[in-house]
Amino acid sequence: MSDVTMRVFRGDRDGGGPVDYRVALTPGMVVLDALHAIQAHQAPDLAVRWNCKAAKCGSCSAEVNGRPRLACKTRMDALPLDKPITVYPLKAFPVIKDLVTDVSWNYKVNAKIPAFTPRPDVKWKMEQRDVDRVQEFRKCIECFLCQDVCHVLRDHGKKEQFGGPRFFVRVASLEMHPLDSVSRTKLLKEELGIGLCNITKCCTEVCPEEIHITDNAIIPLKERVVDEFYDPLTMLVRKIRGAKRD
Amino acid sequence: MTPKYETHENDVLIIGAGGAGLRAAVEALAQGASVGVVCKSLLGKAHTVMAEGGIAAAMCNVDQADGWRTHFRDTMRGGKFLNNWRMAQLHAQESPDRVRELEQWGALFDRTETGDILQRAFGGHTFKRLCHVGDRTGLEMIRTLQDRGVQQGIDVYMECTITRLLKDGDRIAGAFGYWREQGRFVIFKAKSVIVATGGIGKAWKVTSNSWECTGDGMALAYEAGAELLDMEFVQFHPTGMVWPPGVQGLLVTEAVRGEGGILRNKNGERFMEKYDPKRMELSTRDVVARSIYTEVKEGRGSPHGGAFLDISHKQAEYVKRKLPSMYHQFKELADVDITKGPMEVGPTCHYMMGGIRVEAETGRTSVAGLYAAGEAAAGLHGANRLGGNSLSDLLVFGRRAGLAAAEHARAVGGPAVDSAQVDEAERQLLAPFERTTGENPYTIHGELQDMLQALVGIFRTEEDLVRALGELEKFKARAGLMRVEGSRLFNPGWHLSRDLQHMLVVAEAVTRSALARQESRGAHSRIDFPKTEDAWGKKNHVITRDGAAMRLVEVPVAEMPEELKQILAEDK
Repeated sequence: MSDVTMRVFRGDRDGGGPVDYRVALTPGMVVLDALHAIQAHQAPDLAVRWNCKAAKCGSCSAEVNGRPRLACKTRMDALPLDKPITVYPLKAFPVIKDLVTDVSWNYKVNAKIPAFTPRPDVKWKMEQRDVDRVQEFRKCIECFLCQDVCHVLRDHGKKEQFGGPRFFVRVASLEMHPLDSVSRTKLLKEELGIGLCNITKCCTEVCPEEIHITDNAIIPLKERVVDEFYDPLTMLVRKIRGAKRD
Repeated sequence: MTPKYETHENDVLIIGAGGAGLRAAVEALAQGASVGVVCKSLLGKAHTVMAEGGIAAAMCNVDQADGWRTHFRDTMRGGKFLNNWRMAQLHAQESPDRVRELEQWGALFDRTETGDILQRAFGGHTFKRLCHVGDRTGLEMIRTLQDRGVQQGIDVYMECTITRLLKDGDRIAGAFGYWREQGRFVIFKAKSVIVATGGIGKAWKVTSNSWECTGDGMALAYEAGAELLDMEFVQFHPTGMVWPPGVQGLLVTEAVRGEGGILRNKNGERFMEKYDPKRMELSTRDVVARSIYTEVKEGRGSPHGGAFLDISHKQAEYVKRKLPSMYHQFKELADVDITKGPMEVGPTCHYMMGGIRVEAETGRTSVAGLYAAGEAAAGLHGANRLGGNSLSDLLVFGRRAGLAAAEHARAVGGPAVDSAQVDEAERQLLAPFERTTGENPYTIHGELQDMLQALVGIFRTEEDLVRALGELEKFKARAGLMRVEGSRLFNPGWHLSRDLQHMLVVAEAVTRSALARQESRGAHSRIDFPKTEDAWGKKNHVITRDGAAMRLVEVPVAEMPEELKQILAEDK
């Protein structure tokens, strides 16, 4: 088989740019294989995260030909091979080196979310059909591609006000757990800024686990927030009492 | 301590954030200890994530006739009776509670029709015993433990690699390592240290393991004076992908067979009829791996040198629901629709039964304050591990190690860090940068993988193993002279140069133990000694460090109490 040019971002916090590498194609090759070939033979210090190589751990996220993807799941033969394949780090997070970005912000957001809290004296019985919809959310492998593509984070950088799709999925998995007893709507509204999402569904499009992030997680959560904070009757009562909206 | 090093202090330091490390952390926290967890990757990416089939626990939700005694017996039989009987007993008795606990912390298992946790069949298990979430049970487990640990307040030190355990006289004092990101050095002071670093698969060429599985914890513990047990027992999982080349070795879950998958050779013969007519595809992993290997070697393999594994006789919707990640994995990476046709599979280096020798109840090693749990520890699985017994192992013995480490930390004062040890660890790390000539670590690693694959694989001979020992000496010499390019900033070549040292220690321990055991038992198959010998069934192998040399001794397998012997004697 022939060679292909990989145009890979090399650099760090202080800047950088693309560097071209020629890589020999092998059958069934994925982008991560090509990056490993570069490491082994041309640039041993090329920084890229990876673990499972099977789309189960969500470590090797990158922007391949401008699209956020898992490098381990992106087949070379699905890309146009007559021109260079570009591989860049996730744009929404600061570069540490090459394809490795600083995703620590995500862990900080996650820590704000109250854990699963079962109802007291709960019977540990659940129907599969009730579990099904939550299991969809629990498929998330935390690749952060949804965070990367979300314009609220990517273009507007609102990391202080907004949690991002990944954490709406996590909140949904807790809120819709058949045996959970805690409400997280106030957190959604005030700290995770769910109102900033205008449901463009970019997150759903890039999810490698095919979670219906917008339809099954974000929209139902938005509805919960609206029900609790913007119900017209409740608002009227508040206005009459002169109370500030919570 | 010299102020030039960043220093963190915890009562209990846990190295590794897979299932065992995180379960240990949760328990140590519950005991009131301050807990630090160091992991080579980001939190939640540890290899536990790849565990697919389920957690073995005699919950009796599907088969009421099950119970801890049957689970104990299956585990001992699967391990060819080399197991530490006490570990096998505790494991069988405690795993149902550990699974229930996960559920109470938010894990969502597949359900039975009556709303309980669903259990599936697996190789070597008499009853349907594996609690599962489709084929992504490991992800569910790690996410549940991670959320629990973070919420309870563990200190997580992500993307940090430990290169040396520090000692204060005979007791543990902490660990030294580097931040992968910036390459800065860091000291962790701790009264107790738990090694939960997982396996060693990355030393072999065809493996289901990730880059992290380089035997770090075993090598670190060995260097700190702990003992390694039964290192000859390396599990080759029967079903890894064989095509295309980039995914060679990638795990194909045993759940495919658990759900009814059938193995055939290129002539369409269901060859397990020959090797284990009673259990067929659900025989133990050692047997199935050898069977596939033999079919291929005798010319009856699939086009890419494997066997055919077929689940397409089941309804397509059922396959997609119970084996979703297998469906996607084959469709996207191999252009195979498993609901329509067979997969090609072959053995892949998967799991280490051997490891750090520990006391059954506590996970304590022979070094004061040092504990081990999970794949890094040895004893539970004997000569061969049953599928599903790993995740339950992590929970049962992770918890026990966390408990014991916290108790130890309460009982002792703060240790002192010896700056001479730190200086030496730093010198070792920096040496490859100072050389102007020398080989690239990737070259040495690749050749080491080829060598172990060829000489210390599924079938072994004295000739090959002796050759392997000679080769390992050459690899050690080469690794002592390798050169790293670039800076200390997130430099995978540099990281590999250090991991390689750990792989070399472990590889030598495996090879020496394999050479010494002149019989075939479980995962250890000697062509020159094909029989399982009763006399060898009474001996475990223990490896210790003797100066610069590795010393191997035989120790008697512990005698089990009469009531457990009775359980083993009962049929079924």
